[in-house]
Amino acid sequence: MAKKLTLERKQSIVGWGFLLPASLLIFIFCFYPMLQAVLLSFKRGNNAAERWVGFANYTRLFKDKVFLECLFNTVFYFVIQVPIMLVLALILAQMLNSPDVKCKGIFRTMIFLPCATSLVSYSMIFKSLFASNGFINTMLGWINIAPIDWFNRTWPARIVIIIALVWRWTGYNMVFYLAGLQNIDGSIYEAATIDGCNAFQKLTKMTIPLLKPTILLTAIMSTSGTLQLFDESVNLTGGGPGKATMTLAHYIYSTTFENTPNFNYAAAISVFILICISILSFIQMKVGDKRD
Amino acid sequence: MKRILTLALVVLMAITTVFANGAKETPAAEKTNTLTVWAWDPNFNIPALLEAEKIYQQKNPDFKLNIVENPSKDIEVKFVTADQAGDYSTLPDIFLMQDNSYQKFIANYPGIFTTLDGSGINFSDFAAGKLAMSTAGGKHYGVPFDNGAVIMPIRTDIIAQAGLTVDDFNGVTWSTFFENATKVKKVTGIDMLTTSGGSEIVLMILQSAGASPYVNGKVNIENNKVLEEAIGIYARLIKEGLMTDYTDWDQYIASFNTGKAAGLIQGNWIISSITAAADQSGKWAVVPLPKLDGVAGATNYSNSGGASWAVSSSCRNKELAFDFLKTTLGSNTDLYDTLLVNNGVITTYMPAAKSARYQDNVEFFGGQKVYSDIVSYANGVPECDFGSYYNDIRSALTDAITNVVQKGADIKAEMKKAQEAVEFAIGG
Repeated sequence: MAKKLTLERKQSIVGWGFLLPASLLIFIFCFYPMLQAVLLSFKRGNNAAERWVGFANYTRLFKDKVFLECLFNTVFYFVIQVPIMLVLALILAQMLNSPDVKCKGIFRTMIFLPCATSLVSYSMIFKSLFASNGFINTMLGWINIAPIDWFNRTWPARIVIIIALVWRWTGYNMVFYLAGLQNIDGSIYEAATIDGCNAFQKLTKMTIPLLKPTILLTAIMSTSGTLQLFDESVNLTGGGPGKATMTLAHYIYSTTFENTPNFNYAAAISVFILICISILSFIQMKVGDKRD
Repeated sequence: MKRILTLALVVLMAITTVFANGAKETPAAEKTNTLTVWAWDPNFNIPALLEAEKIYQQKNPDFKLNIVENPSKDIEVKFVTADQAGDYSTLPDIFLMQDNSYQKFIANYPGIFTTLDGSGINFSDFAAGKLAMSTAGGKHYGVPFDNGAVIMPIRTDIIAQAGLTVDDFNGVTWSTFFENATKVKKVTGIDMLTTSGGSEIVLMILQSAGASPYVNGKVNIENNKVLEEAIGIYARLIKEGLMTDYTDWDQYIASFNTGKAAGLIQGNWIISSITAAADQSGKWAVVPLPKLDGVAGATNYSNSGGASWAVSSSCRNKELAFDFLKTTLGSNTDLYDTLLVNNGVITTYMPAAKSARYQDNVEFFGGQKVYSDIVSYANGVPECDFGSYYNDIRSALTDAITNVVQKGADIKAEMKKAQEAVEFAIGG
């Protein structure tokens, strides 16, 4: 150790030192299992009887009616729920950011609170709310609408899932928008007002462009979250009626633990989801990023 | 220099924490006198363990059970995970498993079990139909616990309003049942039946005629005439407003506890939920489920649910586990008497079913000898083979039933789809 370390070198060693433990943990507990899952998806059979089968598990995907139905459900949730939720979150954030609103703290807490509830317990609560003799049907009765058998019918059951997701996640996304909005300098709005800009123009021409990085972030997070949706499908509807509300993640669970176990096939579905999320995130980043 | 050393030390420590759990625990040298058991119901199978522990302690005072409550689904997931990892050290010594899961686990994860043939338990003392569920290739993997015979408890006071008695429902065929149920509905406006979980009742009817959905290594759904009848009955019950199917279990329980239905068809373990409504004492009677008209081999008896005890392959003291099971749950009739009285556990251990306790008149059911009746139902249950694919078959049938009832789909076409779905799912 005769050689003296330069300051730069020293700092970079310290930096790597700090990075190393976390990186190692992520590698061992995230990347290594992911790699194993990819390998698993090219095999078939259990333990000793395992053999390589190439893309057989992937070609099987497109012959599997249950998989296609779950894929449809998942895409449906994603296409309908993500835009509704993000627009709602943006509107709420905009409202709560307004200096005229009183008791902002209380409203913010109330809207954010659903996110602090456990996925299972909120699913149970929605289950009883939408039960055939539950609160929602009772309310419908007050305004003379016939009760809806929410969980026994395909579309009502899907709508319940979407309502539940919007309730649970809007506040979460709102917080990101709120933080983004607070970073926008108020003086530019004042300038716009002087120039005769109305509220709608302010939103579309100023707020949304300035919030773009935040919107991009929430869109990517929501996309990946919705494609991995599991708890609501399992706890709220049990995937039913039939498989009308079952998500891909729920199907992975049932192919490994409930039905005749097929780990290799389940791994192939997981890889499929990973690829879908990567592609969608890539598209969103390309669309969102307008730098030349 | 010092800094670098500290840094290296920190990194080293971080790495060791990561691998700290990698080292194998060395097993204790002496044989343990404690058995770890996984079971799931604090009102049903866990009291059975506590009682069995007490009995075994008379023989072996140092003996202890370490009972861990785990939902049955979790137990299965934990065993699957352990088997995939090839590390059985996390498993208990004895565990309870649903009868419907046994064949799947024996076929796919034989490594988790210790076969019980060398345990000295006299398996011929258990009801044959029940025993078959945890037996494969002539080897025993489980000690049968509770009885899953299907019963149809009915409200005598409600049917009386329609001028009917218990005899109008006792051991009848489905056509008679529909006639009488319609009368009840007309007069009282109350549903004759309530249920939860769709395909369950169809599977019960299927088994009541011994029409296996899996025959000679092949899926037998598409051309299963009995299944067609069973789905037809289910669809008719819903369509004619004679039965409500609740998606939520609690709502289902509430529906018969609050008099929204005049009866139900379920495994007899439901009795504890029925008797929970103490105000209805004396207003219930138990009859077997209706039987199919004009079907060869049709009976009034079926099975639903039930579980058996198994010894895991990682059991730390197999002789002790064998002896414990043999001395208590495998032979002790006093134990079964206590469990019957305290927890409503109806056994499939035949010598216990002969005890005086089983002849008791049960006040809640208007003095009916419910227990001995249920035991006699259990003895009449035809065998029904699901192969090792119970869950796959059930899931496909649930889809079929949903489509028939909710979308008015054709039963035959749905059965064909279900056949294809199961064949696809089990085809690797």
